[in-house]
Amino acid sequence: MSTTIVQKSPKKVTVSAALKRAFTPVRLAAAVMVLVFILVMILAPLIAPADPLEQNIAMRFAPLGTPGYLLGADELGRDVLSRVIFGIRTELLVALSATLVAMVIGTVLGLVAGYFGGIIETLSMRGVDVILAFPPIIIALLATTLYGPGPGTLIAVMGVLFIPAFARIVYGQTLSVGRAEFVEASEVFGARVFVRLFRVILPNVIAPVFVQFSLTMATAILLESGLSYLGLGIVPPAPSLGTMVAEGQRYMSTEPAALLVPGTIVSLTILGFSLLGDALRDWLDPRR
Amino acid sequence: MINFLLKRVATGIVLIYVVLTLIFLMLHAVPGDPAMQLLAGDGAAQVTPAALEAARERLGLNAPLPVQYWNYLAGAVQLDLGTSFQDGAPVLDLVSERLPNTLELVLLAVLIALAVGIPLGSVAARRGGFVDSAISVGTSIGMSVPVYVVGALFVLLFALKLGWFPAGGYEEAGGNFVGHVSRVVLPAAALSFGIASIIARMTRSAILDNYRQDWVRTARSWGIGRRLVFRKHVLRNSLTPVATVTALQIGTLLGSTVLVERIFNWPGISALLVDSVIERDYPVVQGIVIILSAIFIFINILVDVLYGYLDPRARVS
Repeated sequence: MSTTIVQKSPKKVTVSAALKRAFTPVRLAAAVMVLVFILVMILAPLIAPADPLEQNIAMRFAPLGTPGYLLGADELGRDVLSRVIFGIRTELLVALSATLVAMVIGTVLGLVAGYFGGIIETLSMRGVDVILAFPPIIIALLATTLYGPGPGTLIAVMGVLFIPAFARIVYGQTLSVGRAEFVEASEVFGARVFVRLFRVILPNVIAPVFVQFSLTMATAILLESGLSYLGLGIVPPAPSLGTMVAEGQRYMSTEPAALLVPGTIVSLTILGFSLLGDALRDWLDPRR
Repeated sequence: MINFLLKRVATGIVLIYVVLTLIFLMLHAVPGDPAMQLLAGDGAAQVTPAALEAARERLGLNAPLPVQYWNYLAGAVQLDLGTSFQDGAPVLDLVSERLPNTLELVLLAVLIALAVGIPLGSVAARRGGFVDSAISVGTSIGMSVPVYVVGALFVLLFALKLGWFPAGGYEEAGGNFVGHVSRVVLPAAALSFGIASIIARMTRSAILDNYRQDWVRTARSWGIGRRLVFRKHVLRNSLTPVATVTALQIGTLLGSTVLVERIFNWPGISALLVDSVIERDYPVVQGIVIILSAIFIFINILVDVLYGYLDPRARVS
């Protein structure tokens, strides 16, 4: 009993020390910000003070801090705060769905390729190379032309485009773990292939996947908002931060807030996820 | 080295073939009739049978699938990329007219990014402390602010408020050189914003890595001054990874021109791409996607070869 305590306590100290080193104050702030954005995504209909589509032309370009219009109103007198809240919701839902799709497909591909090798390895990893041969935003534009703009197209295209990052990481990790003794032991004990892949190997290769998840979220928001900015992602009047920047740009010489508010928010979502990714990487991989 | 080079080029050709095939498949994976989808879009616009038939004819959709595939590949190999739906101009002409403008923008952006990023990274590494932290926060922000926000802010600040540059547009370099330069600087600077941050970070970490090496201490013990050791040894050794990172980012830059050219009204290939997507001019979209993907693949091969040349170990794998 006493020996367990002696063995456990130093490990606990190193874990919290590593956490402290990885999460600098700036990164901690980023992590909190991500949490807030996720809460906003979930609770948007409850916390938004107004309907993001409701127009009130009398309030056109109401300045920041106007009662009832905390972040002002846009060119049609719609409440900017509500539009930002719903914009974050759309942005994150699309990015989250796409990243989840890419993560699941990429992880399975990487596991299978790394574990079985041979023809499966060649096919899946070369397939991944092919995806990397496309410039992402260009291929997204091609897909938009063919299948029409909207969240469905965005999720499908980004879900495919982001597979390589996950597949390559899991593949590399599986190669090094796949021949470890505990994996061979599970084979000797007669564990099924499915169990070996997902219960034995997966838990040992999953940590970098979480890092990549956060970084890919940032990339997905960047790409999605860029397409929405062009009017080819989320289609107006549905609120999206990219569209709001594009609309704000038209009036920016007289109403800079119309550009600055959505521009700042979209930058903060991207900054939050990429700093969180950096922190997770330093925490989970102390060598760096 | 020759073997390595040939292998990379062969891989590149295979990749381009696969890319061409995938683009072909994407057109045919459109639910229903691709010609109908391109003409009508999501709305239920009235499409006359004659217009539909003409579009099918121009897209070559009436031939059997293998024949279509063959014609498409043969066309691409001969750089015959079809003609625009809008005005019937050959896509290749449209592309070759616009491509130099985009490449000019990208090249200038890379130069600006190097000129800003390397000194910034050096200062961060050598000064440390508060300066380092400030630059670190700055580059994090630089990598996170989307290029379209940077572009819009640049227009607001440098064109509308300060009036230093025109807000956009294009002038022939031959006709009005000053006008040309003043119009290319702002979009190129906006484009370089993110990559300059990446270069600064890479420079910083490469310099710090090099300072830990034994030869730095040896050089210092010979009495070589701090500055000289930095300039002649540390900085020079740090530039290899910086060069690789820069080259790898060129593909991303090429993608970002889609947004920047739109903001600054720059008549490049990417602005044409966006216009064609909006007009649903499929042959032009397809042609530009093929050309840009080929350039993207070519740059990646170039980076590999460059890397293999600089570091012989990379040639093996």
